[in-house]
Amino acid sequence: MNRTFTDTAVITWRNLKRIPRIPELAIFAILQSIMFVVLFAFVFGGAIPLPNGGNYREYLMPGIFAQTIVFAAATTAVGMRDDLNKGLLDRFRSLPMARPAVLIGRIAADVTYNAGILVVLMASGYVVGWRVNTGLPELLAGVGLLLLFALAMTAIGVWLGLVVPSVEVAQQVSFTVLFPITFLSNVFVPPQSLPSWLQPVAEWNPVSTLTAATRDLWGNPNPYVGSGLPGQQPALVTVLWVIVILAVFLPMGVRRYRNMSR
Amino acid sequence: MTGTGPALVLDGVVKRYGDRTVLGGISLTVGPGELVALLGPNGAGKTTAVEILEGYRRADGGTVRVLGIDPATGGPALKARVGLMLQGGGLDPRSTPRDALRLYARFHDGGRDPEALLETVGLAGVAGTRARRLSGGERQRLALALSLVGEPEVLILDEPTAGMDPEARRATRQLIAGLRDEGRAVLLTTHDLSDLEQLADRVAILHGGRIVADGAPAELAGGGTPRLQVRLARPPSGEELADLGAVLQAIRAGATVVVDADRAGQVRIEGVPPDPRLVAAVATWCADANLGIVELRATTASLEERYFELTGDPDASSGQPIGTAA
Repeated sequence: MNRTFTDTAVITWRNLKRIPRIPELAIFAILQSIMFVVLFAFVFGGAIPLPNGGNYREYLMPGIFAQTIVFAAATTAVGMRDDLNKGLLDRFRSLPMARPAVLIGRIAADVTYNAGILVVLMASGYVVGWRVNTGLPELLAGVGLLLLFALAMTAIGVWLGLVVPSVEVAQQVSFTVLFPITFLSNVFVPPQSLPSWLQPVAEWNPVSTLTAATRDLWGNPNPYVGSGLPGQQPALVTVLWVIVILAVFLPMGVRRYRNMSR
Repeated sequence: MTGTGPALVLDGVVKRYGDRTVLGGISLTVGPGELVALLGPNGAGKTTAVEILEGYRRADGGTVRVLGIDPATGGPALKARVGLMLQGGGLDPRSTPRDALRLYARFHDGGRDPEALLETVGLAGVAGTRARRLSGGERQRLALALSLVGEPEVLILDEPTAGMDPEARRATRQLIAGLRDEGRAVLLTTHDLSDLEQLADRVAILHGGRIVADGAPAELAGGGTPRLQVRLARPPSGEELADLGAVLQAIRAGATVVVDADRAGQVRIEGVPPDPRLVAAVATWCADANLGIVELRATTASLEERYFELTGDPDASSGQPIGTAA
């Protein structure tokens, strides 16, 4: 157990140290996030009126945060596949290292990376008028929930990176799956405006529950509350989603890693 | 270093990919303090054999043991005692030699000092350079250094001298020989036959999924028995060859004339030592047959000749077609 912990720490640190080696990656990830904030705040901000005159930017920001966290899966999948292609994972597997260290180290580093991106996002959100109207505990609880979800998404990314044949496919699959997930939610539009058969999907969508939970925590407008469990207990449903995703994808990733041959 | 048994054992190992048999039951052992070279043309199954020993692949049959343990199921305790050099290196292009060695050292208890290792493999001058900016030979040396971090008892090196300039190659050979002399078991694959003659205690030639030869380089090259090699101005006819054979048989029982398939007009007289009487007989026969002699010398078969004989590969060095081989 001790070995697993220290080996994981070594791999996590190695992954984090690699980030500034290609600063363009992080810089463009940050720019992309800022661009999303500015784009949606100024383009959609005037077009989508909220009931009771809520502030659209305060409504939007939690959704942008959630969307960014969802795309953590793509970053992880690409990074994992890249390590695999370069033979680094094979080389690591030949070292006297606790077996899960490579996978957990990847997840830990990517969650940390996303925490950094989140800080930049929140700062730019603040600049365009987003505010936390509650207190510090609620702010931290919301951030904690987002990072918990980042954990689940990176677990998906690890598995995906190990099963796709190339970096390009990792990217393509991520975007094909993740874009509809973020749009079939309450991030940009009221779920009630969707066709009725899509409404339950949007309501139970973890992106919706995550967004609703952080809106509630931070006192941001959350005007489209459904009557079901996801509408009433969004934080609880989000945590359940995280548990289910981890329970499914972590073992799948570990098994795939163990049975990989060159 | 430890134990008395062989460090690496392949016993009747079979490996199939689908219905293609890549290894048809190969057996090979490497003992402590022994350096064995695995040689064979591309596609002979070298990498598969090495990957089975490394634990990356499971054999479909036979027994595989590394330090007495099955590498497919061996955990960190076994891995700590084995150093690998993979083809392609498995190097992080964003990392520097110093960082890579430090990273690897973290996983080994009491591993080698990264700075000392950088000196040993001659990479101290580029210790802070990203791997992607290193030359091919420097990357190879880094991969070799990484295999040594844990003071392994067993080294499995896949083409360790590939891509090196002659100087680096020589230094690397000396380094590997030194590791063997320290009592480590070394298995390496190579395409460079000069690696073998200078370095290997034993050479195993893998061809078509089978070990077709296994022995000391000199032994394989023909046991050190010299023979007479004659290059004639034109290829002799079958009749002339038969006549020459009969003449030589008459003075030396056991002499056989062998046509060298690779070089037009070249014959070897095998089975008897190339003493002056034999040379005189050949010269006399040539004079009678009115056949010019271009070259006449006593030699032993080189490992290269023996290798091509065993693997049926064209003689790359002569650059001549082998139209007479069939």
